[in-house]
Amino acid sequence: MSLLQVEGLGKSYNLETKVLKDVNFTVETGEFVSVIGPSGAGKSTLLRCINRMVEINEGKVIFNNLDVGSLKKKDLRKLRTDIGMVFQHYNLVPRLTVIENVLHGRFGYKTTLQGVLGRFSEEEKEQAFFLLQKLGIEEHAYKRCDQLSGGQQQRVGICRALIQDPKLILCDEPIASLDPNSSKVIMDHLKSITNDLGITCLVNLHQVEVAQDYSDRIIGLRKGEIVFDGKSALLREEQINHIYGTERRELITV
Amino acid sequence: MEMLRGGAQPKQTYIKRTRTGRINIKAGNKVELVTKWTIAMLAVLTIMAFFFFDYTGLQLERAITETAYNLKTMFLEPTLSHFSWGEAFHQIGITVGLGVLATVIGAIIALFLAFLAAENLSKPWISKSVRVVVAFIRAVPTVLWVLIFAIAAGLGSEAAVLGMLFHSIAYLVKAFSESFEEVDRGILEAMRATGSNWWHMVTHGVLPSTFTYLLSWTFLRFEINFGVAVAMGAAAGAGGIGFELFMASGFYFDLREVGFITYAILIIAIILEIVSTQLKNRYFPAAAKN
Amino acid sequence: MNEKAMRKSRWITTVSLIIIIGITYLSAVITEFNFIDSVATLPKALSWIFANLWITQETWERLPAILGKLNETIFMSIAATTLAAIISLFLGLMGSKTTKVNNVFSVLARLIASFSRNIPVVAWSLILLISFGQNSLTGFLALFVGTLGFLTRAFIESIDEASQSAVEALQATGATYAHIVNKAVIPQSLPQMLSWILFMIETNIRSATLVGILTGTGIGYTFDLYYKSLNYNAVALVTFTIVIAVIIIELISNRIRKVIL
Repeated sequence: MSLLQVEGLGKSYNLETKVLKDVNFTVETGEFVSVIGPSGAGKSTLLRCINRMVEINEGKVIFNNLDVGSLKKKDLRKLRTDIGMVFQHYNLVPRLTVIENVLHGRFGYKTTLQGVLGRFSEEEKEQAFFLLQKLGIEEHAYKRCDQLSGGQQQRVGICRALIQDPKLILCDEPIASLDPNSSKVIMDHLKSITNDLGITCLVNLHQVEVAQDYSDRIIGLRKGEIVFDGKSALLREEQINHIYGTERRELITV
Repeated sequence: MEMLRGGAQPKQTYIKRTRTGRINIKAGNKVELVTKWTIAMLAVLTIMAFFFFDYTGLQLERAITETAYNLKTMFLEPTLSHFSWGEAFHQIGITVGLGVLATVIGAIIALFLAFLAAENLSKPWISKSVRVVVAFIRAVPTVLWVLIFAIAAGLGSEAAVLGMLFHSIAYLVKAFSESFEEVDRGILEAMRATGSNWWHMVTHGVLPSTFTYLLSWTFLRFEINFGVAVAMGAAAGAGGIGFELFMASGFYFDLREVGFITYAILIIAIILEIVSTQLKNRYFPAAAKN
Repeated sequence: MNEKAMRKSRWITTVSLIIIIGITYLSAVITEFNFIDSVATLPKALSWIFANLWITQETWERLPAILGKLNETIFMSIAATTLAAIISLFLGLMGSKTTKVNNVFSVLARLIASFSRNIPVVAWSLILLISFGQNSLTGFLALFVGTLGFLTRAFIESIDEASQSAVEALQATGATYAHIVNKAVIPQSLPQMLSWILFMIETNIRSATLVGILTGTGIGYTFDLYYKSLNYNAVALVTFTIVIAVIIIELISNRIRKVIL
């Protein structure tokens, strides 16, 4: 059984335009899959349907044998603990310390009262430090997040996702706001998460070259439809042109 | 899970622990400390306040039920009994007029003072002393200014406007001078380089680039001054709708009329609020304060 | 700026100036305000102020009584602000786009805020005076209601700008609403909120004087008594103590603001 199955997924925010149209794909455990496509193709929406940050209109998302669309509130919370998420703008609480932000990833396992009182076990805290060390930012643990550079903040975001102990990590444009050096560091970390820890990664990317370098498989999205799904090596110039339409030329010059 | 955990302890540890040996997750800096203390102090002072209060003649239960009943009468059955619709409009006009006069005259005076207060257009000691005077003026409540002027000038619109002027000027000097200080340093430098004198710089460099801000700030002050004018009518006999409100509740005990007047004030205030919110969103996206 | 835009902006400037002058003239007519008279009274008024508003030796004897009343007023402002802040926090959470529970509560919270803010504090004082009588609670409640409206609006803005993205991230980890509010929204917007609370305490001390005159409580009442009995030396002393109190509180809050913001 695959870790993630998406069947006939459709989504629209208003009556006129459909953001996603009949999307079908599966992801196996331990895969590193990139979703590429021009902005407005529905990449972010697709990712957010998987952990139901947006409601699903049509079709089914099956994660770990659970039908995501039909889960009740409590089960949805439990599902989300199994899926980490990394954002373009890191989405940290800027005034809190790095270590506090990492521990936020444990809220899914807490009762309301435990979370509000900030009860984290020593084990959880040690694990948080271990993850920070693994991503090379342990020395900043007690700094406020707004004092960190973009690349460092994104590593905090990854730690927050990892401490959830997830089966899948969704990354929404994780390097879109970063300079080339930091981008490489972040992509290397994501890759090693899949390789060393066996956690599946589904990454939205803008840059085709990065997707080709890092992923096992690429899904090309255009106007809400999958137009390519296959091994990275099989992605050729004409398919890229098809995914990006006329926009491709502009992208190269930018 | 096991894979995520470290086996051996890291060589150099950055972990901070509390005295009991638990791992600390707070930064423990000055910001947190001051925030905590401020909240604690406010809480303590609030609790203390209720011991200092003077509860003469208070019957809480009766007061609450009565107020609820009064509010119901006011808001559900508003009527006019002691004056006509025409008179009502006239009184509202007076209140708005007081607000306008205090705002416009205040803005003109504030404009000149703001040039003196702006650090990039003035000398440090002048700017400092204008600011000190402004801080002092702001500390005296408007109603006291109006009442003090009423002794010297007699009750009437002159005392009210003069009294209201003080706070308007203080508020606008602060706002205007801050707008001036945000004018691009480069513009002023370029003008100075071409040999412009101070007046040229102000009329051709500073004023054109800040004009819309100045107008918006002036309008925001007008919104405040309308409320102040209502208050001055009630508390300092300055006339207008505020005075009628005072008479209706304090002399005639006519709750229905109080209701009518309150609605009238509410409508004007909401219109002003809508306009000023739009101005704010347009010109000060980062919500101006104070 | 091209020539066309420049001409247009000059045109707008001229028209708005003409409108302002027109409105000002109308205002002067309706309020029977005379510019020349008021300019003439200014020197007279100022010389009167300097001649009469002096604190004399005997007025110092009244200081303890005045300070007692000032004390009441300060406590009234702090208590009204702090308690209003607690309610405003809930209304703010309801009203903010990022943390609202549903649209009905959001609209309701904004409506309550607008209602209590736009009905002037004078009206609240007069209404409350009828049943609560001449005591501190009347003043406290009048300030409380006005503050509630103001702080709710300010808090909604603070919450909106503070934490939208972090809220999304925490939802994705499976955190509950209470976790998100307590551990992301409040920590992030607290300093801004505290700054507003401090600002409101300063404002309320000034308003408390006004409310005091109307409801016969606190320092406002003391001022009114001396004012009506023409004891201008005492009036000067009362004014002076208020100024000192407001300035001290302003200095303290500026210090706090500097650290936390």
